Amino acid sequence: MKKYIYLDNAATTATDPRVVKAMEPYWTKYYGNPSSLYYLGLKSKEAISISRIKISKILDCQADEIIFTGGGTESINLALKGVMSKVKEGHLITSSIEHHAVLHAAETLKKSGHKISILPVDAEGFVNLDDISKAIEDNTRLISIMMANNEIGVIQDIQKIGAFIEKINNTRLQKGLAKIYFHTDACQASGNLDLNVKKLHVDLLTINGSKIYGPKGVGALYIKTGTLLNPIIDGGGQEKNLRSGTENVPGIVGLATALELTQSSKDKENARLIKLRDQLINGILTTIPKTILNGHPTKRLANNVNISILDIEGEAMLLYLDEIGIQASTGSACTSTTLEPSHVIRALGCPYEVAHGSMRFTLGKDTKVEDIKYVLKHLPKIVAHLRAASPVIVNMDEVAKAIKNAPRKITEL
Amino acid sequence: MSNLKTKASTKKNKTNLASSVDVVPKGTNDVWVYTDIVKDHFFHPKNLVMDASKMKGYDGLGMVGSPACGDMMKIWIKVDKKTDRIKKMKWQTFGCGSAIAATSMLSVMASEKGGMLITKALEIKPQDITKRLGDLPTRKIHCSVLGDKALRSAINNYFIKSGQKDRVVKEQVRMIDKSAQVTDHDIEEAVLEGAQTLEAVQKKTKVGIGNPEVIPEVEQLIRFYTEKYFG
Repeated sequence: MKKYIYLDNAATTATDPRVVKAMEPYWTKYYGNPSSLYYLGLKSKEAISISRIKISKILDCQADEIIFTGGGTESINLALKGVMSKVKEGHLITSSIEHHAVLHAAETLKKSGHKISILPVDAEGFVNLDDISKAIEDNTRLISIMMANNEIGVIQDIQKIGAFIEKINNTRLQKGLAKIYFHTDACQASGNLDLNVKKLHVDLLTINGSKIYGPKGVGALYIKTGTLLNPIIDGGGQEKNLRSGTENVPGIVGLATALELTQSSKDKENARLIKLRDQLINGILTTIPKTILNGHPTKRLANNVNISILDIEGEAMLLYLDEIGIQASTGSACTSTTLEPSHVIRALGCPYEVAHGSMRFTLGKDTKVEDIKYVLKHLPKIVAHLRAASPVIVNMDEVAKAIKNAPRKITEL
Repeated sequence: MSNLKTKASTKKNKTNLASSVDVVPKGTNDVWVYTDIVKDHFFHPKNLVMDASKMKGYDGLGMVGSPACGDMMKIWIKVDKKTDRIKKMKWQTFGCGSAIAATSMLSVMASEKGGMLITKALEIKPQDITKRLGDLPTRKIHCSVLGDKALRSAINNYFIKSGQKDRVVKEQVRMIDKSAQVTDHDIEEAVLEGAQTLEAVQKKTKVGIGNPEVIPEVEQLIRFYTEKYFG
């Protein structure tokens, strides 16, 4: 049988059979509309309530602070557009390594008259507090910083940033300035990091199902009581009038189940994955010359490996890997619509050629040590072949210099 | 698209996961597959140079592109001076699957059937290469645009080395993006083919991808040609 090694768990995960089982009754047995008052409607409503309570326990919040949405992207759009549309010509601060859901929503907000500041990150992928305080203005309304990056896995210190913003808010209050809300996109982090919103000091937090062995097309947004925001979808007034539309009952049940399962096993699973992750990182860095690890070596998700392999292009590597059953991802321009290579790798200060050669391997609960060995056995051969066929020889010193001298300024979108 | 899928699935004894599924590029909705011809040239490239230091005795050498813009090609040719035909074309490519496959196909086209006449080789267009590959996914056509340029640059190099300076083809055009080798003429052609936004022109030409500073000029040219032809 052909090998089939899935190392793209940051793109999406397989749905856990236990999640599928939990969702099962809500397709054909309890299919009622949660807004209906009879038995079937109440069964659906009950399932949503239980799911909301389950999630609120994990987030350490009130159940009514959880709003279900159609996925991570929608939660992010609701957080950003919902909050910003409460004011005219407001100010939003975010970072250069956010997911496109944040950056493109920010672009739309810019078009409707808001000012957007983009914070730089350092060479290892971290936002720093100095830049946050420098970027804040009187009319700053929202700061959105992702918890863990989808491409390079870097984990921001949200707790520290949240506490910092809270402190700033206290002084703003005395000056009569409006509170700055803090949102974090925790899609990549939901399965394996602590999501306690009190500890994190966040007002808004996005999670979704498809990265935590849950269903696709369902997400949630934590909205701290008192946070002012408008809905972005109008209709029947479901979810406290913040997300109209008949609720995705099986999806919601699946999301809650998946979050419970991943959160309860995260410590053990993280420890297992870190071993495999480091084995893969060290294996590639030591056996393949001219390779660069993107992102901090340890303050990264337990399952994320992102390495640039110089002198060759990511999509070509991807095709060879796919041919031998390894499924991974690249930050090369050739796999994006805009022909722009990964904005995240570029934000680290890496030149274009480093982004074109970046490969992402994201491990999952089915990844075994044999899979890592298989990659380490075959990848060097593929790289050697493509390098032999490539006329490019990138100078490593110049790359290091470019990363060191990258501008790293707060920019306006 | 449908005929591409049929081709991929009718190939006997070679059905594997990779050839039976569509590859969906990150961040897009358009589904596409590489044709079997593209895959064959990618996995079994023809006339590929695996060690450039061993390349000796060629008549012309050309190179275009840059690693920053994502594609770079180097082409060596050997010419039969009596018949004025390309006897051999060898190459190296930095780039994605379609860039590698396109250079491989170009090398076959240039050297097959006793070799292509230099005058014909100078006229090869990117579309000729993609046609022979059984078409490329629309969004991958840009990957093959450098091949014909690299070949022309190798031929010009041959003209200079062999004392035929009068034959050097001076492209009567202005270079807009040096690393992507995109001229004002390329932008004109892209506009004529229906690309009327920066993004659409970049899809076809790669202009400004590695050199964002040329973008304002490109946008100006797009406006100019759009008005000229469609205004």
